[in-house]
Amino acid sequence: MMTGIQIEIQVIAILVAVSCALPGVFLVLRKMAMISDAISHAILPGIVVGFLITNSISSPLLIFLAAITGVVTVAIVELISKTNLVKEDAAIGLVFPMLFSIGVILISKNTGNMHIDTDTVLLGELAFAPFNRFVVSGIDLGPTGAWVMGAILLLNLVFIAVFFKELKLSTFDVGLAASLGFMPGVLHYALMSIVSITTVGAFDSVGAILVVALMIAPAATAYLITDDLKLMLIYAAIIAMFSAIAGYWMAKLMDASIAGSMAFMCGFVFLLVYLFAPVRGLLSVYNRRKRQKSEFAQMTLLIHIHNHSGENDDIEERRASHLKKHFLWDELFIKKIVRQALSAGLLTEKQELLSLTEKGDQFIDAANALFTSKHHPGFEALRKEFIIFSD
Amino acid sequence: MEFINFFIDLFSDYTTRIIGIGTALLGIVSGVLGAYATLKKQSLLGDAVAHAALPGIAIAFLITGTKNPIIFFAGAALSGWLATLWIMGITRNTRIKTDTALGMILAVFFGIGLVLLTYIQKLPNANQAGLETFLFGQAATLLKSDVIAMGIIGFGTIVIIILLWKEFKLFTFDPQFAKSLGYNTRFLDILLTSLIVLAIVLGLQAVGVVLMSAMLIAPAAAARQWTDRLDRMVILSAAFGALSGLTGTAISSYGANISTGPTIILSSVSIVIFSFLFAPGRGLVAKFLMREKNRRNLALNKVISEMYEICSSHDSPTHQHSVAILKTLPGFSYRMIRQLKEKDLVEVDSEKQWHMTAKGIKAAKQIKDLGGAE
Repeated sequence: MMTGIQIEIQVIAILVAVSCALPGVFLVLRKMAMISDAISHAILPGIVVGFLITNSISSPLLIFLAAITGVVTVAIVELISKTNLVKEDAAIGLVFPMLFSIGVILISKNTGNMHIDTDTVLLGELAFAPFNRFVVSGIDLGPTGAWVMGAILLLNLVFIAVFFKELKLSTFDVGLAASLGFMPGVLHYALMSIVSITTVGAFDSVGAILVVALMIAPAATAYLITDDLKLMLIYAAIIAMFSAIAGYWMAKLMDASIAGSMAFMCGFVFLLVYLFAPVRGLLSVYNRRKRQKSEFAQMTLLIHIHNHSGENDDIEERRASHLKKHFLWDELFIKKIVRQALSAGLLTEKQELLSLTEKGDQFIDAANALFTSKHHPGFEALRKEFIIFSD
Repeated sequence: MEFINFFIDLFSDYTTRIIGIGTALLGIVSGVLGAYATLKKQSLLGDAVAHAALPGIAIAFLITGTKNPIIFFAGAALSGWLATLWIMGITRNTRIKTDTALGMILAVFFGIGLVLLTYIQKLPNANQAGLETFLFGQAATLLKSDVIAMGIIGFGTIVIIILLWKEFKLFTFDPQFAKSLGYNTRFLDILLTSLIVLAIVLGLQAVGVVLMSAMLIAPAAAARQWTDRLDRMVILSAAFGALSGLTGTAISSYGANISTGPTIILSSVSIVIFSFLFAPGRGLVAKFLMREKNRRNLALNKVISEMYEICSSHDSPTHQHSVAILKTLPGFSYRMIRQLKEKDLVEVDSEKQWHMTAKGIKAAKQIKDLGGAE
């Protein structure tokens, strides 16, 4: 039986993970994943200054100040890359360590009146989240973290729902978006603000570095599964939810960091999809490459036999033993390709002599039609019709 | 002189001297390799490797149970290297782009490292204190033996760079050409990346996971502004690295309660900002002055060719005009006519009548030949 605190931690974990995963989809598609890394580190001085003013880790003013630091970081990075003095990635790599260093020094200069340290900001501690209660006129409304992250998740959902069309267009075709008057620049900074606010809201529970895992990994995983933006958002959210819950229980089992375990789960899901995804997984890519190689070899073989049949009959060229010399394939490969073509009924073999069957002739005609026309309307149909390409 | 004496005083303290030498060595090694990393557009690889080293350190401790720096170093290098290979694999085998692969592997490896570290901390009787120094770095924990180890590894790295100078240079700027000449680019790629991984791991103890990437990028980014030659850039980058190491150590030991990592980073970022602004040629100030000069020259050219046009409509190109007439020329100003006079392109006679000199006519003809004032 789960205790109330366990349920609360998991609710916060899910809220954080989904809040991060949604804007993460756009970061991945816009090739801006490392910007989230920069923002997550660079908010430190904003958090410190906010904390010195408000003396509370979850006050709206602190979130606001820190989020502004995040947006300013993006602006500085863009300013530097525009000068062309260094490339954009180097600009990112210069700006966030600088701001982070300033934050660390601010903390060490104010140790007397600071109750946060760099560990808190970088690593977070989800296990403590339920102890910070949101109490209104004596009534306990649950953990503050859940309310803050719930509000941020709502903000992200509304932002994406309202500006879905604009986000989609400016992500895939900035030029078209600009020419249609969608102001991709404004949208870009709106998205950066969303990322900053989400990061600031989440650092308290999962830490600034693991925010990056929650933003990027579910989105990258979803990107390997689907081509549809809506589905990608949904898959990323589901993966984030799963990683949050599985991460919590893994942490409980090992008595280790919850945020770290959530990041591990995100990575683990990615690994599984990376290896086994239906179309883009390593295994399917490997199988496809292998199949295409044998398909191509069979086509080459058939056309070779065709070229030396009929009017230009040349028995020598059609001998199985000659193929090695002609194609420079190794013998095992030749045997495999010939066997496949024979079993598909495209070739016949009589005393080592290969000839096209009627089906083989039809294949050659179809293939010729395919290659000589500019369009390739029926390659899949051709494959299915002649089914030569089975292993 | 006082400044130098201040430095000498500061480093006369044994601990400070060790830290100073350590961070300077680190600056040299990361400066040299940072030059290649930034030129190969792999600036952020340092960030990823630094974060990804964490699980390696934790696993090394879990297996051996000791805090031997060499074993930590090996563990960190191995996991940083694995992360790099995986990043390369993801970008090669899927449509996921480099930035996504970097960010994801960085954060996921760091998460694994964090799980292991918190797991180790809860182990009974574990001599685990000090593992977290790798997170933020603590140059103060550098021992003489650490610095000697850093020196040996750093020296080895630089020897390899010098021995394979030509190969690395070619590979960095034009890998396809290097391949077509028959160099084993795959080997060079792996070797250079491995050296970068080594340099990063070397710096973890001193500046920590988070700031290590700047250690790699900043000296190189600064050096790039001062020269277009690789050899000078590498040497400058090493010098900037060493300088920021020493300055950072000095500031940190002078001002109480500031750790060395951030001060080193801020020192090197200051060098970068200075270089961005004041480097000759590429620097922003130099570019601004150049633009201003071009703008002025264009305006001068325009006036002199206009003047030539109206003079040519008279009997001789040296025909004299009063200022009142010249005023009607587009772009004319008193400042401009003074500048033209300083350059001996125009002359004024005792009756305040202006005319072009032979030099001015020649210049105007040249401009005309070049296709007008534009």
